[in-house]
Amino acid sequence: MAQISMNKQPAASSQWHHILYVLRENPVTMLAFALLGMFLLCAILGPALVPYDPLATNAARALEPPSWEHWFGTDNLGRDVFSRVVVATRLDLSISVAAVALSFVIGAMLGAVAGYWGGWLDAVLNRLLDTIMAFPLFVLAMGVVAALGNTIENIIYATALINIPFYARLVRAEVNIRRDAGFAQAAKLAGNGDLRVLALHIFPNALPPMMVQVSLNLGWAILNAAGLSFIGLGVRPPTPEWGIMVAEGANFIVSGEWWLALFPGLWLMLAVFTFNLLGDGLRDMVDPRKRS
Amino acid sequence: MSRRLHMILGRVAQAIPVLFGVVVISFLLTRALPGDPAAYFAGPAADAASIAEIREALGLDKPLFQQFLFYLRDLARGDLGLSLSTGQPVMQDLAMRLPASLELTLVALGLSCLIAIPLGVLAATRPGSWIDHLCRVLVTAGVSMPTFFTGILLIYVFYYLLGLAPAPLGRLDFLYLPPPSVSGFYLIDAALAGDWQAWLGAAKQIVLPAITLALFTLAPIARMTRAAMLSALSADFIRTARAAGLGQGKILYGYALRNALLPVVTTLGMVFSFSLGANVLVEKVFAWPGIGSYAVEALVVSDYAAVQGFVLAMAVLFVLLNLVIDIAYALIDPRIGLS
Repeated sequence: MAQISMNKQPAASSQWHHILYVLRENPVTMLAFALLGMFLLCAILGPALVPYDPLATNAARALEPPSWEHWFGTDNLGRDVFSRVVVATRLDLSISVAAVALSFVIGAMLGAVAGYWGGWLDAVLNRLLDTIMAFPLFVLAMGVVAALGNTIENIIYATALINIPFYARLVRAEVNIRRDAGFAQAAKLAGNGDLRVLALHIFPNALPPMMVQVSLNLGWAILNAAGLSFIGLGVRPPTPEWGIMVAEGANFIVSGEWWLALFPGLWLMLAVFTFNLLGDGLRDMVDPRKRS
Repeated sequence: MSRRLHMILGRVAQAIPVLFGVVVISFLLTRALPGDPAAYFAGPAADAASIAEIREALGLDKPLFQQFLFYLRDLARGDLGLSLSTGQPVMQDLAMRLPASLELTLVALGLSCLIAIPLGVLAATRPGSWIDHLCRVLVTAGVSMPTFFTGILLIYVFYYLLGLAPAPLGRLDFLYLPPPSVSGFYLIDAALAGDWQAWLGAAKQIVLPAITLALFTLAPIARMTRAAMLSALSADFIRTARAAGLGQGKILYGYALRNALLPVVTTLGMVFSFSLGANVLVEKVFAWPGIGSYAVEALVVSDYAAVQGFVLAMAVLFVLLNLVIDIAYALIDPRIGLS
């Protein structure tokens, strides 16, 4: 027993060494982790961090350019843009995290079942996924939100729906190549049921590539949700949300009030950028060969 | 050749269930849309009886399955119903606005290829160099830009600050007459008519939205080019070509790039789908009279038929495009059809 735990120790620490090595080699990934920390801080402590109430209007100080008092300026109702941008972090991140979590769970289950049992289940699932993928995904999300009703939950469902195929395909492929592998057959011979082999022996192998997918998807989900609220679906004003703030700011850009749209847009971009960099970095850690 | 034909027919057969699924989904989606089109069509002053009458006339009182059969019958006739907001047949509205969207998407894709492919080649020939890192950061930034935000930023800089671009209000300034319609693409039509002033006007209008879309599509193309070039460059035939003493340019562009282009062409199909989706946002920002802005307007007034037609048209367009790409691929690639 002692032997085994001693053997395990170096393996775990070499994993750490590998991760640290990759981080040192790639300062961009380190930056991405730092940015992620900042966004999480904003999401958790948001309202406590900001200097003004994001909904408080002040007609006397409307449309002021950025200053020491209002870092990002004020909007047409005199609300502080900085406070609104920071507070919106929680809403935008929750939408994308909830959507990605939903598609992760549903996609993983569908993909695992199709990859393990194959047959008609697999064929039906593939046709279904093909059909979803046949739509330009943003257009499908638009249609779903319009059909189900214009609420935040439906934005989450729509975003989850269009992301499911990516997870299902990934898991299906990973499960499929391992279902007859030696270790899976050994586990079956040892008396484990199909479900147990699938869930505990085969599926965990699909997790590393899935984590990469999650990170890339999070950025994409944020873009998607912001895009939907930009065209007036989902989140409603006066709730602070990046897409709406850019849409409202767009009306003032042709008269030169650039700060209304610029800051929420930049913040949104930074968030998506963070998740994309993180995804690339995670891929380097998980599978260095796939770097592209 | 017959084997190749067999493969193409198989690929066409594969597209049929997908098309059917697309029709079913777009039907179900719009049946679930909130709002009552009968009430909308009847107008605010209508009473319950006239609403019921209109509902009957539109076939909305029948069971869902029967409505679907009606829908299929109408589709076969090319009838997508009447748009409640414009009063025109949806098919006609879409056909009228489709060229605007296609022109924008194609110009953007062309622009994007012109930048992304050389960038990918440069990054692949110098892996790990500063240009490789620059390529990585640039493409990640490009894909992180919300298209609507990029568009607004470009409008601010080039219209408000520099005054170089015209007002972001559609395809052509009202100073010019639209060219006589041949292809529906203003750039082509104006050139055919020899109306170079209108051509210049149309070109000026399309530059900003096209750049906006192109920035968004740069990333996947550049990435794919880089990856495909890397694998092509490590192939045996490149080593042989090097050993035979061929020049660097001949090896890179004559052999490696030609082989790397096949996966890039496949990626273009996917990128086209992305840009069709992003089109909706870009068209809204630039007031571009394409089918994307048509759909957004229709969504706001819960115009069933128009949204349904739009979603369906987009999906059908995309399925057919991928079909064409796959067939072209089968025709070009000598390896397919032999195995």
